[in-house]
Amino acid sequence: MSDNHHHQSFWTKYIWSTDHKVIGIQYAITSLLWLLIGFGLMAIMRYQLAYPGTPVPFIGNFLGEGGILPAEMYNSLGAMHGTIMIFLGVVPLAFGAFGNYFVPLQIGAVDMAFPKLNAASYWTYFLGSVIMVTGFFVPGGAANSGWTSYPPLATTATMGQTVWLWGMVMLITSSLLGSVNILVTVIQLRAEGMTWMKLPIFVWTQFITAFLLLLAFPPLEAAAVLQLMDRIIDTSFFMPTGLVVSGEVLPNAGGGSPLLWQHLFWFLAHPEVYVLILPAFGIVTEVIANNTRKPIKGYKSLVYAMIFLGFMSFIVWAHHMYLTGMGTTIGAFFQTTTMIISIPSVVILTALLLSLWGGSIRFNTPMLFALGFLPMFGIGGLTGLPLGLAAADIYLHDTYYVIGHFHYVVAPGTIFALFAGIYYWFPKITGKRTNETLGKLHFFTSFVCMNGVFMPMFITGLAGVSRRLWDGGESYAHAAGVFQLNEFMSIFAWLLGVSQLFFIANMIISLRSKKTGEINPWNATTVDWTDTSSPPLGHGNFETVPTIYRGPYEYSVPGAKSDYLPQSNKG
Amino acid sequence: MLEILRKLGFPTVSASTQGPEIDNIISLVHWLMLILFVGWGIYFIYTLIRFRASRQPKADYQGVKNHYSTYAEVGVALVEVALLIGFAFPIWASRVNDVPNSLDSIQIRVVGQQFAWNIHYPGPDNIFGATKVELVDEAENPIGLDRSDANAKDDVFTINQLHIPVDRPINILLSTKDVIHNFKLPEFRVSQDAISGMEIPVWFKATMTSQEFLETTKGTARDGMGFEIACAQLCGLGHYRMKGYLTVHDDIGYQQWMSEQQEYLLEELSDDEDDWGDDEW
Repeated sequence: MSDNHHHQSFWTKYIWSTDHKVIGIQYAITSLLWLLIGFGLMAIMRYQLAYPGTPVPFIGNFLGEGGILPAEMYNSLGAMHGTIMIFLGVVPLAFGAFGNYFVPLQIGAVDMAFPKLNAASYWTYFLGSVIMVTGFFVPGGAANSGWTSYPPLATTATMGQTVWLWGMVMLITSSLLGSVNILVTVIQLRAEGMTWMKLPIFVWTQFITAFLLLLAFPPLEAAAVLQLMDRIIDTSFFMPTGLVVSGEVLPNAGGGSPLLWQHLFWFLAHPEVYVLILPAFGIVTEVIANNTRKPIKGYKSLVYAMIFLGFMSFIVWAHHMYLTGMGTTIGAFFQTTTMIISIPSVVILTALLLSLWGGSIRFNTPMLFALGFLPMFGIGGLTGLPLGLAAADIYLHDTYYVIGHFHYVVAPGTIFALFAGIYYWFPKITGKRTNETLGKLHFFTSFVCMNGVFMPMFITGLAGVSRRLWDGGESYAHAAGVFQLNEFMSIFAWLLGVSQLFFIANMIISLRSKKTGEINPWNATTVDWTDTSSPPLGHGNFETVPTIYRGPYEYSVPGAKSDYLPQSNKG
Repeated sequence: MLEILRKLGFPTVSASTQGPEIDNIISLVHWLMLILFVGWGIYFIYTLIRFRASRQPKADYQGVKNHYSTYAEVGVALVEVALLIGFAFPIWASRVNDVPNSLDSIQIRVVGQQFAWNIHYPGPDNIFGATKVELVDEAENPIGLDRSDANAKDDVFTINQLHIPVDRPINILLSTKDVIHNFKLPEFRVSQDAISGMEIPVWFKATMTSQEFLETTKGTARDGMGFEIACAQLCGLGHYRMKGYLTVHDDIGYQQWMSEQQEYLLEELSDDEDDWGDDEW
């Protein structure tokens, strides 16, 4: 099957490739770089929060007068940190990179269903991400109205917002192309015998994620185009009548509704949360099954819980909008759906925790990150409860409590899972092993620092300190007792950056090391490990396309000779 | 639990009638979170130690055989139902449906703008005068009040200074001139978005005066700092400094303050009619 015989130039092989594995790597490298850049923006913001109004060391001269970060640039960094981390970093890594590389491998397919569409998806993403950051170089700087871009603030903001909207249109288009591809691939290209209930959980999560992207993103694409028109040709989709900004009556005709934007935005952005978390569940499930050497507890309930979660994620969006003047009926509806969606999350987390019981647990680097994910995601999920109840949200809305909540879900949650995935599949991609000592150092330092950054946010949030304040709340009386925590959080944030050097060093050292020649170093059951040739894999993936006979997690089957039975083992 | 949260930074005082209800639900839901986290945490750590590969070289294909986890999941669902029906829905209904009418309450318009809070009182006639966007003058008339309207003659407006009496229902009619803001009184557990193009009522009743509140803050980090109005929705580069001040008077104090404002207003209006102008003398 391997059709690597004809000569390919560097450009066709690595740049304009249509091979799902090369595209996956392109996604991985690009999105990891964006994660680093998004982190860097935050590191600058954290200096201003810790020491408001003092010159930022080293780079202060590039920021503003006297080396102090100006308030408008702080807002730009905040908006771009959120945008870059979500749309340029985590989603492309979780869905673009992992989905592209491993969905075809795990279902026994030779490539994605539409290889050229796949390449188009990556390049649209690349272009969108470049457009997104050119915002920093236009007059007034990058978008500065938050990643939520609420009008009228966003409509009246500087030019960076227009750039942001063009970037979003490109990024959404890319996601749509990618999601269609994953859907068709999973539906059409499963190997013989790979029935739905034999799919690895990772494939299920990517499949559901693709549905969410397909159905949730178009409303935001439409909304982004409408906001562009409000900005460029003074239409009034989101602009009501009679606004006066800086003493000037706005030229928009009026009659629009800023709440319409919020509905369209959150109709995307809540499913987006599950776009961020579902692939993480998938990776963690694979790693836990493999390293406990036993099947996942309740495979079917896990699958149904994830499908239900995906469905429910479309009818909870307005819980981000309790304070917009919501009445009792709508309020009750969205509070109820929000409490309901917590149940499948509890079921999923419980299934993963129960899967540990009776295992023979190996504490290697991918497993540490997967295990670290569980309590961290647990904290992220639990702290969502008070925010989901409108009455409690009155006080906690838009405070640092919210920032702590969703960062626990995404940072030590999803990003830990993504690290677990990178360490787990590194040998598959390169044929080499990562360094365990560096990996463990990376895990433990990151674990401590993540908690050092995000745990105090619950305290400042409980004190009522709002997010998105240039001075970190210094001028507010209610922040007086907790303001000093800002410095503590900032120091841990910078240390978190330093601890990523273990990861970067590990990648460089491991890539330069010798090949081990192992095809299945973790003794895994799924066909991405058992039926492929020795890495790096050629175009076509499998010497012989596998036939599937077993479920994905047949570890420690009583009476079997080895402690794992591959899915393609007829036995 | 409330005591624990207060040790962590939660306000020790809740200065409005709905404050204790909101504190109560925050406290209850934190109990649920704590119990779940500690329960899961103990199980998790025990499992990692008990089933490490060196102690458990061969995994058990079956794993957990009991159904305790299902009971726990059902338990979580039941507690959530209780929180919704018993606490969350009634508090929200009271917030939205019990808005007091203009006879029973003090009505005050609050108009947010980048980056200040305009406070508009209807004056003794208890009717707000008309406002027009064409009349907006950032220096003299930030809310565009039309003084030629009969109802506007006695209207008083201030910037960033909200004065209210204690123990009277206050109905804030919240709007904004420009972008979206959020009118937040942390000590009162009051927070409401000011949405462009809409006027949204938000009501509360203060249970202590500023004087009484200042007594409670003695010796704490915020000693001497009274009630404040925070903007809790990103509204531009000056968002962080969009701060107002709230003074809660006793009844007599409030009357005094209001009559002072009326006197200032009369002086101001007569100044405008005085051709000579004070500056020349």
